[in-house]
Amino acid sequence: MTAMLESSSAAAANRPGSIRWSKQFGRVFVYGCLALLALVFLAPLLSMLLTSLKSMDEIRAGNLLSLPSTPTFAAWANVWGASCIGVTCGGLKGYFGNSFLIVVPATFISVALGAFNGYVFAQWRFRGDNLIFGLILFGCFIPFQIVLIPMAGLLGKLGLAGTIPGLILVHVVYGICFTTMFFRNYFITVPAEIFKAARVDGAGFWAIFFRILLPISWPIVMVSIIWQFTGVWNDFLFGVSFAAGTNQPVTVALNNLVNTSTGTKAYNEDMAAAMIAALPTILIYVAAGRYFLRGLMAGAVKG
Amino acid sequence: MPAIVLSPSLAAVTVCVYGFIAYTAILSFTGSKMFARFDFVGWRQYERLFENPRWITAIENMAIFGGLYIIGATCLGLFIAILIDQKIRLEGVFRAVFLYPMALSFVVTGVIWQWLLNPGLGLEHMMRSLGWESFTFQWLIEPERAIYTIVIAGVWQVTGFVMALFLAGLRGIDTEILRAARVDGAPIHKVYTRIIIPALRPAFLTVFVIEAHLAIKSYDLVVALTKGGPGVSTELPSTFMYSMTFTRNELGVGAASATVMLVSLASIIIPYLYSELRNDRHA
Repeated sequence: MTAMLESSSAAAANRPGSIRWSKQFGRVFVYGCLALLALVFLAPLLSMLLTSLKSMDEIRAGNLLSLPSTPTFAAWANVWGASCIGVTCGGLKGYFGNSFLIVVPATFISVALGAFNGYVFAQWRFRGDNLIFGLILFGCFIPFQIVLIPMAGLLGKLGLAGTIPGLILVHVVYGICFTTMFFRNYFITVPAEIFKAARVDGAGFWAIFFRILLPISWPIVMVSIIWQFTGVWNDFLFGVSFAAGTNQPVTVALNNLVNTSTGTKAYNEDMAAAMIAALPTILIYVAAGRYFLRGLMAGAVKG
Repeated sequence: MPAIVLSPSLAAVTVCVYGFIAYTAILSFTGSKMFARFDFVGWRQYERLFENPRWITAIENMAIFGGLYIIGATCLGLFIAILIDQKIRLEGVFRAVFLYPMALSFVVTGVIWQWLLNPGLGLEHMMRSLGWESFTFQWLIEPERAIYTIVIAGVWQVTGFVMALFLAGLRGIDTEILRAARVDGAPIHKVYTRIIIPALRPAFLTVFVIEAHLAIKSYDLVVALTKGGPGVSTELPSTFMYSMTFTRNELGVGAASATVMLVSLASIIIPYLYSELRNDRHA
């Protein structure tokens, strides 16, 4: 009996119809899992947005994902311009501006330096070049706790303690490790013949870089800019350690706003503040995330 | 010209990475309290460090958090990558959905999950209002469970990146081998366990190194989600180091804990970088 069942099911498996059925089942499984997981991944963002548009009464009456009956931007307006953070009560806007003042120069300088360094490492052979590159790479991975104490001392000596230029300097120094790696790994894939030909034609160091390399390296420029922008914007450790008072970046202000508030928690304001702090990097991902993935897969990280 | 271009960066890295590592390491052998002093006390600060129950808690939490974070994100990231690799429609949309948490800062992630998991109005409240009256979820305020909320938030944030790395690995596998295996009638699960997963070895290594590195450095997430609490139940080495150094005036102990963090991370990173750079030369 069992043998018969087995043989008949084996026969059924060989018929084209059932193969199609199992394929269909596979498709349903794949899309079902993906849809479910996508919902789980999106729910926090959705809840954050919905909650930021509710009043506290409505938050108590509803739940994480209930729609606001009368959406209001009151919480957004309050955390942007009026909430008290530390001793000042001007909302997040000043800190949001600080983050831009830090992130724009820090990103530009570290990407430019990384491009020059990567060019040198990829195209010039010199004694110990690989060792030096390895030493720079290691700088990407150190736990920054190891540099906090002496960096605080150095910034003090330079007169930059607690200031925005001080933070820019810190982000450039530790950012060039990553940008150098990105550009070096990208430039190393450029055929050496191109450089030889250019040099035969009399092109110098900078001419090769600006006329030949830069025009073909926009994918890795995008990766580096996105990486540095998000990294610097999202930094908390350096901001909390080295920036004082009204010079703090928005992540530090967000944490102060959320975690030092007294009395009942205003979750709508917490969520509005988190949305404000997250918007620039989310927008960058929406606008340029494809380039980031493509560039990453093209060799910045070897999978 | 190459030397001139490279020298500012090299000087910066020499001073701010290696000089500072040396400085902190030296400081860990001194009796420094509020200010750096250079009165050498041998291994005394390390003894004090490992006699401190808060540090022991921090290391235990690191093991729980690091282990679950690495296993959870690797398995989930690989699973999603395999699903996305099945020639699906809307691949770009799905990738974006899984990847967006990576764009957020750990502080934002911490604030979001503090809201989602808060015992009063969060997940517990939602499940009860949907009719599951007995549903209880108070991990955020239970000292024994709070560390797992950090695992959940951390896995949610990093899984998309892990997925992207695995997806890059999957796309790099030679399709000829896969077709041959299918023609030979190998069942699909065998194709995965015998061919695809072994071929992803380099991707696994990269993923592991990146996850371990993120886990050991984790600081912002804990500060924003639990502030290290309840009590010190979610203390991690990074939060311990910060409070010793900047609020407890124990510079020597802080430096010792930072040095321990560096050494444990270096023992993972250095062999990895060494093998990567060697392979590079042969390629």
